[in-house]
Amino acid sequence: MDLWLIGELAITGALVGLMYALVAVGIVLVYKTSSVANFAQGAIAMTGSYVAWAFATLMGAPLWVAIPLALVTMFGLGFVIERAVLRHMVGQPIIMIIMVTFGMEIFLRGMMPGFFGVAVKRLDLGIPQAPMFLGEMLINRAYLIGGITSAVLIVGTIVLFNSRAGIIMRAVSDDQGASWSVGIRVERAIAIAWGLAAGTATAAGILWGSTQGVDWSLSLLLMKALAIAILGGLDSIPGVLLAGVIVGVCESLATGIVDPLVGGGTRDIVASLIILMTLLVRPYGLFGREQIERV
Amino acid sequence: MLYRRAGIRHTSYRHERMLWPLPFDRYLVGTIAAFLIVAPFLIDRLYLVAYLLPWLIWSMAALGLNLLMGGAGQIHLGYGAVMAIGAYSSVHLVRAGVPFEIAMIAGGLASAMIGVIFGFAALRVKTLYLAMSTLAMQYIVDFVIAHVPAISGGTQATIQVPPVRFLGLRIEGDIATYYFALAVCTVVTLFMLNVHRTGFGRALAAVREKDYAAEVIGVSTFKYKLLAFWTSSFIGGVVGAVLVVCYLRSVSPDQFHIDLSVQIVAMVIVGGLGSVLGSFFGAALILFTPIVLNNLVASIAAGAGLSLSSDLRAHIPLMLYGALIVGFLVLEPLGLAKIYDNVRNYFLVWPFRYARK
Repeated sequence: MDLWLIGELAITGALVGLMYALVAVGIVLVYKTSSVANFAQGAIAMTGSYVAWAFATLMGAPLWVAIPLALVTMFGLGFVIERAVLRHMVGQPIIMIIMVTFGMEIFLRGMMPGFFGVAVKRLDLGIPQAPMFLGEMLINRAYLIGGITSAVLIVGTIVLFNSRAGIIMRAVSDDQGASWSVGIRVERAIAIAWGLAAGTATAAGILWGSTQGVDWSLSLLLMKALAIAILGGLDSIPGVLLAGVIVGVCESLATGIVDPLVGGGTRDIVASLIILMTLLVRPYGLFGREQIERV
Repeated sequence: MLYRRAGIRHTSYRHERMLWPLPFDRYLVGTIAAFLIVAPFLIDRLYLVAYLLPWLIWSMAALGLNLLMGGAGQIHLGYGAVMAIGAYSSVHLVRAGVPFEIAMIAGGLASAMIGVIFGFAALRVKTLYLAMSTLAMQYIVDFVIAHVPAISGGTQATIQVPPVRFLGLRIEGDIATYYFALAVCTVVTLFMLNVHRTGFGRALAAVREKDYAAEVIGVSTFKYKLLAFWTSSFIGGVVGAVLVVCYLRSVSPDQFHIDLSVQIVAMVIVGGLGSVLGSFFGAALILFTPIVLNNLVASIAAGAGLSLSSDLRAHIPLMLYGALIVGFLVLEPLGLAKIYDNVRNYFLVWPFRYARK
């Protein structure tokens, strides 16, 4: 096991982890504003990449038109989800809310391949296939560009949280009743959070769709995103960046080092193990607020 | 009118604690039981095997999970993994020559042992975090089963279930498997109907309502949370054994994925948390509505001269299933049991509606 290989695995892992983190941002945004666990985030990312593919291929729009169109459409879908589904669930037990988002996940997972076909779609962003050399390490350009884009978008979300809209959302996340009483439209803030969640998920879906093709399996990003959200702390957006890198690197090292020993497949349970370990050792995550109810 | 309450006077505590004090309810239960017993001779073999048998098995699973979710208020997103443990243990024991009566119970015990580990998470974290940790454990159990050749025989392997005997009767052919599933289902249903009336059930209810309040009145939260996971997982393991012996007839890792867990949670919630009747309703709705509506959509499309693509046909059940979950939670969060209850309450005093309290 030479250092170059480990370095390559670590860098690729970090970049992939940042791309996972872009999915996780949506979960954190929604949880922060409305304390709703969004288990539909993977399917929303999948839907976003299908929508971008549909604009680009079915309607023949150039990429610089198709991607913004997809982002706007999905932002709208986020609004619709909040208005049509989640607002009815206010005050219900948490299991009901989890199941309603699971229901949406299943629905979208059936709807998109149902209408657009099961075959894997190609979503070409024009990133060259040839890898880049860094010493003896091979770095996949798609991951490099994807990772950097994700990091920029996540930082953008953090900046947005310091703007006027962000301050409103922070107020809502602190205390819904108090925000209400000073004239903040709580529903609107939650709807914006859902819109942003769907928008960032779409960006992640497009990045992932360009690397592995667009099909239903993009919804499996959910588990990684949950692991990142839990590890970083469910209500911390900066936590997502670090947790994303950690999850990505762990996964990549597990695939490269442990897989040959146990015969493959460890990639799928790294996320589960991280969730379990975090919950057992530090349930509020790396940067989360220590307010979860422990027994 | 239908549910006549006139003339029912409780003269003893025993009488008051009856499961079904109204004669109409008793007749209804009796009629359904009688129908289920004679069903193999009344209805087509296809319907028996493709509808009635899976309905019984999935209802049992929903009942087992309902004890945990409705009875003790703990979230469990890994019930499929619990069933997988029971299924694999019992199949391996049967293949090793252990009689099925013992193998089934042993499968349940194995599930209960590992299910309690799921429960330990419940001692530390609650609600959302418990959902996440059971979800994570589902994936880990899946991984272990698929990647340990001694359990599954390999990722792609399928293990055939050898012919089994139960109390000297061969469980073979459609009718014997149906009666066997019906018998187990009856036992589970009777347990679930009565568990509310025992000290155990009441302790679970106390833990469900508020755990430190339960602790204050002397109910050990630690003990009863673990017991709830133990009992529910035991039922899950037995159901897993029944599922592979009666219905699947072979066992492979992909039968017990997260999809099964979500399906059973959906049955419990759509049926109604904590309701025995609801589990049966929920299982029927989640299992059959997608199939029935899919056929309906197909026939309407054919009648209207539209051609649906095969991809769309293949995914309509999944869409309907998701839409059912969302629709029920938004429109009637208390589930089908509540809808039945509303109808029953209406007829309880019909046509004298003003008499309803």
